[in-house]
Amino acid sequence: MTASDIITALETKFGTKIKSKSLEAIDPFIVVDPSDLVEVVRHLRDEPTLAFDLLHNISGVDYLEPDPKKAAKAGFEPHLEVVYHLQSFQHRHRLVVKVLLPRWKNDQKGQLPEVPTLTSLYGSANWHEREVYDLVGVIFVGHPDLTRILLAEDWEGHPLRKDYEFPLEYHGIRGR
Amino acid sequence: MSPATLQDQTIVEFDVRTDEMLVNMGPQHPSTHGVLRLVLRTDGEVISEVTPHLGYLHRCAEKIGENVMPIQFIPYTDRMDYLAGMNMNLAYSLAVEKLCGMKLPEKANVLRVMIAELNRIASHLVGMGAYGLDLGTFSPFLYAFREREMILDLFEELCGARLTYSYITIGGVHDDLPEGWIDRCKQFLDYFEPRILEYHALLTTNHIFVQRTAGIGILSKELALSHACSGPMLRGSLNRKAGDPEWDLRKLEPYCGYETYDFKVIIPPFDDDYYGVPYRTPRGAVIGDCWHRFYVRMLEVLESIKLIRQAMQRYPSAQGSHRIEPPRHLPGGEAYLETECPRGAMGFYVVGAPNKQAVPLRVRAKSSSFLNLSVTNAICNGCLIADIPAIVGSIDIVMGEIDR
Repeated sequence: MTASDIITALETKFGTKIKSKSLEAIDPFIVVDPSDLVEVVRHLRDEPTLAFDLLHNISGVDYLEPDPKKAAKAGFEPHLEVVYHLQSFQHRHRLVVKVLLPRWKNDQKGQLPEVPTLTSLYGSANWHEREVYDLVGVIFVGHPDLTRILLAEDWEGHPLRKDYEFPLEYHGIRGR
Repeated sequence: MSPATLQDQTIVEFDVRTDEMLVNMGPQHPSTHGVLRLVLRTDGEVISEVTPHLGYLHRCAEKIGENVMPIQFIPYTDRMDYLAGMNMNLAYSLAVEKLCGMKLPEKANVLRVMIAELNRIASHLVGMGAYGLDLGTFSPFLYAFREREMILDLFEELCGARLTYSYITIGGVHDDLPEGWIDRCKQFLDYFEPRILEYHALLTTNHIFVQRTAGIGILSKELALSHACSGPMLRGSLNRKAGDPEWDLRKLEPYCGYETYDFKVIIPPFDDDYYGVPYRTPRGAVIGDCWHRFYVRMLEVLESIKLIRQAMQRYPSAQGSHRIEPPRHLPGGEAYLETECPRGAMGFYVVGAPNKQAVPLRVRAKSSSFLNLSVTNAICNGCLIADIPAIVGSIDIVMGEIDR
């Protein structure tokens, strides 16, 4: 199926739960709410004509211009995106599913935003979600073992956030 | 327990439960291929859980990627999978070119195919040699490095570096080939091709090697798909005769003109003459085990030789320049592209800022070894401690790529 066929099929099934779509993008994508994510992805995986049984990649993207002077011209509102790259082993077509999140839960700095986990659907989600939590700072609700994977257990902050401040010191090792 | 099973000594040994013990393997263990730390939960010799701990080689590559221009990031991709630097350069270059919508001249593509396949051979040679080392045989390692040395000499002549090349770059390749390089490459292939039979004699058909790898660490196709395994790890679990597709991105989603080359995708079973090699599946080997993963790599080397020979024939008549100028600013939007690297599908996800910046907003490197390693716990369950090097070695991980 082509990307437009897939997205049309999803829109007839889910209606307004597909928040937006983009067919002109280089890799066509759809946007869903965090609360609908598991339902939509389960349908993508289990419907035989779609059969998206490979979850290649989960990435977190922080849309923020840290310099307040340039923020007005940045071309985006500050937010986080969690991007899922799916492919079907049988049909070989690809689709990108995105979830848009606020940078902080309830706009309170320090409270990480939340997305439901996909570990019940894909084995590959386990480590990728740990990595996104580790580096971008997104809580995956229901994950069996949401701990840091690349950084040390006692590391503070999430380095791939645009406003991350590099530590001056870590256990006696000078930062700069 | 019935008296019948008691007569079998091995079953009795496995049935005796003792206290569980945690054994720490790595990060300085020679057979964990770098700085991988495995925490084994064992009951006597039997493994009940393997927990990999990563991050000892984390160098913040993704954070660096969003602070430098794409062309400045190329040297960092070398240091991801440092055994296949050319393939990493290629993966990132293609992702940026996809974002910018660049179309490359034929000559650049021919050069890229030639160099990437040569690096694939070098990488598989290390994989094979080090795997023999894990299982206690030293000599294949020396033979593999003898041949790899010649490939590195060719690369050194090409770009001056022996490990971190930065040769393939955005918009093509850095330089055209030096005088006489094609002839020396041809000489190497003529020398190398008959040597492959020696490796098979040393390893593939070696009785001890087969006993250590056949039927060990079996990865089912369903598990491989759920964990999105790729490369030889996934192909070793497929079955050509059961109608599984040829899951190789060079065939499925061709880049650099791979669709115009003639080569086969290596998929088990190896019990007929389909691949034209004299060796058959040994007794005890089943699809998805360590032996099949190893053998897929060995046969891929042969296919790479075929590809290089075809590319060398095309090179003299290839049109265009070896490199075109990339745009100064990245366009807005995002592109995700996977390429078939020696260890599996390496993906780069590049996001360009909407207001046209020189640096990308986000660079994400999806590592193939990362996902391949994530099945370790599932396939090691119930095996012996001595099998752990055999299984981890057959995954053929490079920690630089996992930790990035």
